[in-house]
Amino acid sequence: MVTLTFWPLESSTSSTTSSVGICCVSCREKGLAAGIGSPAPSATHSGSGGPSRIIPARQLLPTCWALRRKLLKVSLPPSVGSCRTGMEAEQGEELVGKARGPTSTFTCSAAPQCLHPDRAPCAHGWLWFPCGWGSQGVHLCWSREREGAGDRGAALAALCIAGRRSGNDASYYQSAARNTETECCKLSTAGGRGQRWARVAAGRQPGQCHRGTKQGKRPRAAAPRLPACMYFSSCSLRCSTSAGGPELSREEKLQLRKEKKQQKKKKRNEKGTAAEPPEPGTAADPAQPRVTPHPASPPASANAPNDGEKPPGGKSKAELRAERRAKQEAERAQKQAKKAELGQGAAPAKPRLTPTEAPSVVKRLPEHVQVDDPAAQRKLAKKLERQQVPLRQDYGTKVNLFSHLHQYSRKKPLTQQMSIPSTVIHPAVVRLGLQYSQGIINGSNARCIALLEVFKQLIRDYSTPPNEELSRDLVAKLKPHISFLNQCRPLSVSMGNAIKFLKKEISCLPDTLREEEAKEKLQGTIDNYLREKIVLAAEAISKSAFEKINDNDVILVYGCSSLVNRTLCDAHTQTDRTFRVIVVDSRPRLEGRETLRRLVRHGIHCTYVMINAISYVLPEVSKVLLGAHALLANGSVMSRVGTSQIALVSKAYNVPVLVCCETYKFCERVQTDSFVSNELDDPDDLIVQRKGQAQLGGWAENKSLRLLNLVYDVTPPDLVDLVITDLGMIPCTSVPVVLRVKNVDQQ
Amino acid sequence: MEFQAVVMAAGGGSRMTDLTSSIPKPLLPVGNRPLLWYPLNLLERAGFEEVIVITRKEIQKMLSLDTKMKLDFVYISDNVDMGTADSLRHIHQKIKTDVLVLSCDLITDVDLYKVVDLFRTHDATLSMLMKKAPEPTEVAPGQKGKKKPVEQRDFIGVDDTGKRLLFMANEADLDEELVIKRSILQKHPRMHIRTGLMDAHLYCLKKYVVDFLVENRTITSLRSELIPHLVRKQFSSPTSLQQGLDNKEEGRKKKEQASLDIYSFIKEDNSLLKPAPDNSCWNDHRGDMNETLHEGKVRCYVHIMKEGLCCRVNTLALYIEANRQVPKLLLNLGLEEPLVHGTAQITDRGMVGSDSIIGSSTQIGEKTSIKHSIIGSACTIKDKVKITNCIIMNSVTIEEGCCLQGSVICNNAVIEKGADIKDCLIGSDQRLETKGK
Repeated sequence: MVTLTFWPLESSTSSTTSSVGICCVSCREKGLAAGIGSPAPSATHSGSGGPSRIIPARQLLPTCWALRRKLLKVSLPPSVGSCRTGMEAEQGEELVGKARGPTSTFTCSAAPQCLHPDRAPCAHGWLWFPCGWGSQGVHLCWSREREGAGDRGAALAALCIAGRRSGNDASYYQSAARNTETECCKLSTAGGRGQRWARVAAGRQPGQCHRGTKQGKRPRAAAPRLPACMYFSSCSLRCSTSAGGPELSREEKLQLRKEKKQQKKKKRNEKGTAAEPPEPGTAADPAQPRVTPHPASPPASANAPNDGEKPPGGKSKAELRAERRAKQEAERAQKQAKKAELGQGAAPAKPRLTPTEAPSVVKRLPEHVQVDDPAAQRKLAKKLERQQVPLRQDYGTKVNLFSHLHQYSRKKPLTQQMSIPSTVIHPAVVRLGLQYSQGIINGSNARCIALLEVFKQLIRDYSTPPNEELSRDLVAKLKPHISFLNQCRPLSVSMGNAIKFLKKEISCLPDTLREEEAKEKLQGTIDNYLREKIVLAAEAISKSAFEKINDNDVILVYGCSSLVNRTLCDAHTQTDRTFRVIVVDSRPRLEGRETLRRLVRHGIHCTYVMINAISYVLPEVSKVLLGAHALLANGSVMSRVGTSQIALVSKAYNVPVLVCCETYKFCERVQTDSFVSNELDDPDDLIVQRKGQAQLGGWAENKSLRLLNLVYDVTPPDLVDLVITDLGMIPCTSVPVVLRVKNVDQQ
Repeated sequence: MEFQAVVMAAGGGSRMTDLTSSIPKPLLPVGNRPLLWYPLNLLERAGFEEVIVITRKEIQKMLSLDTKMKLDFVYISDNVDMGTADSLRHIHQKIKTDVLVLSCDLITDVDLYKVVDLFRTHDATLSMLMKKAPEPTEVAPGQKGKKKPVEQRDFIGVDDTGKRLLFMANEADLDEELVIKRSILQKHPRMHIRTGLMDAHLYCLKKYVVDFLVENRTITSLRSELIPHLVRKQFSSPTSLQQGLDNKEEGRKKKEQASLDIYSFIKEDNSLLKPAPDNSCWNDHRGDMNETLHEGKVRCYVHIMKEGLCCRVNTLALYIEANRQVPKLLLNLGLEEPLVHGTAQITDRGMVGSDSIIGSSTQIGEKTSIKHSIIGSACTIKDKVKITNCIIMNSVTIEEGCCLQGSVICNNAVIEKGADIKDCLIGSDQRLETKGK
């Protein structure tokens, strides 16, 4: 077995690029599974290979949102990580996996945590990573001896896929380079799943993605569980951003775009000359695989030992490439100089985005956190128009920090802009959307259950049009419905996970099934999901939570969590322990009243206070039991706003904080604050009606007044002592582990 | 398909016989359009593509509508007197989904989605539209001296949000006092009882209500029987009814037409919060220990219009009122047709008020002033005529020097020179002598 080493390309911009290793804090005591975004900003970590340092967490807010703004410059130090594919290959050798066959578009979702030696998922060391987006999977094998660098290696492996792609497609390369830090960050923090990354990689160019899904075989069929589908083009990975300020100016973007074109052309030329069997034009044949950037390497089958086929000079090739790069750089510099001259004149003219170049930085940010970006909004509008879903208008002014989020008014439902017998959207979905937006179906579990029930109905009413395949067409059919629901109210994490699951199930349906069978099967899987992930999970949680409730406990709960309610009711009815509950409530929704009602109905002794009385009641509290909207990969708990306040005060009073959360609400996203991704509720909810007078009634007219009705907040992991899940009780920093195990299980 | 729209256009207009004796009610011209056009237009604007119109055969023959929607005419024979519920029962085979029932005499600019959304959001059995009844200001022409039949007032009870319909009673059914069931007050301690609301006869009904109608043949009218029945049923608990049903089993043998229980028609897919009753933290009430919505399966909601136009044309006074309002509505709709038809020949444009409508091929002479009036097509109006607040239907001839005020003049009437008419109703084919008053 030979190890592959990655090393960075010396780019012309390297002088301005700070060399930052993507390093790992694999030990979870450091707070995070992966280094970036570590709460300890000063922590440094020198990996086994090459200099590296941790980027302060603040600087590297792990969501791309922040990253986009910071535009960190990352380039990888030599041999920071190493990974081995299943094939034998020399350093710098290109590895052409089997999955690179006529259909494949690889994506790799590398999971850094997976690589920790203690937690290696499978004994033989092969990891199979799922990719949900019509793309293939990649097997990566890590040399166990080098765990230290393993994490980085994982990140790099993924990056190298990007690199590979870049070889094919210069424009991709550009954007990949520009955004690699986002990807790195995502990779290293995103936990075991990496699907997001996969999406980024696979879906970058709509055309490609389309091709992949249209012509490609089933992902699983095409990429058998065999080693070595990894393919890695230039051993060097460029993770440097283009030099410049925090944001690329328009001019620079234009410049970059030009470069992209240039490079693309160049690559093509090179290919044309170098390739013995020239790939019949990338664009011409949609069925063509991603073209090998280095045609000299034969498309090796995965099983075949590679040694024989290995071209003689791997290194020389790398050198060759380096040369080529240098040339490019020079060209670029030249261009830039030219551009600078032209720049003044060209700048005022709005650069028109051509469709091929459209995918840029923006794409990787979820739409719902960039409401303040007109370009993203335009894109959204366009997408919705295509799906024939009306666009919901934002309502009122927003508090500055939250201008990137949607804010809707309940009084202006989406149906206002739709015809009444809804043609595009299924009536059940319309109803569901309205119930979401009016707050009638509320709460993470309830929303997810309702969603799946409606999807079941949707599948029941679905019939495949002629000349279409169920698995493809159904996913396409679901899309407008999902966007509709997203417009009604941003999807919850639970719903997002359920949708992801459903999409995967649909795309994995075997072709051989008849339509009826397929539909039945899907409904069966949905039922199973509901039962296993929600109902049985709740049962398991309430069982294990019993143990934590002792005689004469005083338990504090906040808001209305169906899971916590159930746990308490079960504990009351099924054990003979006596305990007391303090229900803490907050405006404007006053969900606590519902909790109170349910608990009192079961005969539980309750006290009801508002959240501002919390420090008064806490001294008598023995445990705090909280529900969660989602558990994030860094261990943060996303929950109803106010939760973190309770956790904080509880910490101050030394009261243990237990969070109940089903594992299906775990999310690979990372968030350290409540600003980046949150939800704004209707600000009109804050208006107080008293004796016929509406205080705050005319808030919209007052320019200096803004209302904020935040839905969620993020509780940092150090305030949470324990998470009770259906898998047992775990510390909240173990979220990535659970996610990873789940990923492996799903395969 | 989510909704099917049904327009009830078979009514004879029994409360305005003066007008409807010659022209059937759905064809009465309002703003130079047949009355039926307005509900159809409302549906078209809302995006409906198919409408079932229940009407009589002769009406359909006379009807000419330009609409993009697919109209499905269902005839009921002239001889049988069918109530609205009967009509709905008549077409029950065509009804596959929830229905939106409209009366043909509704003229409104309501945003239909508001009514429908109530229905959707709360998974309601019924949602309906109401509007503050207009104050009867004007005296209807031709009814001077006659004592107007006082409209029976409705008592409508709504909850705090003003959306849930809790109670409904007509003055006619009441004795001296208003009786409210205890169960309503138990569940809704605060109830606003309002009078002076007018039912717009626009109902969203669940499919199972139609099924219920089919079985329960005693109900003949939607407005006066079915709706109050549904509203009442909200608060009778199904369990107690179940017991009652057992007792009734014996009774049913005796009485063939025992009133059936609406609950037996509610299928299981009546699913608001069904999948997640314990999970959603929403509740519609507080202060007691009951489940959300009190486990009531029948839910009625009402949308009360606060502003905007909504009138029903079922009496002469309302007909005149509607005609007065319509120019505004038509303007708001942004129709391409101008209020004054292109083919009308008007010598003195300046004398035609901006809120008047003039039909096609109408000739208007010099020095004729027209204010707040609607003039049909193919009329001839000679010189020096003054028309204020009038409704003049088609092919009317008005000779020189007439002065018309607040009147309704039906088709083909001829008014000779120098007539001075005020607050009159002139039937069709009438001929008024010269200088008549």
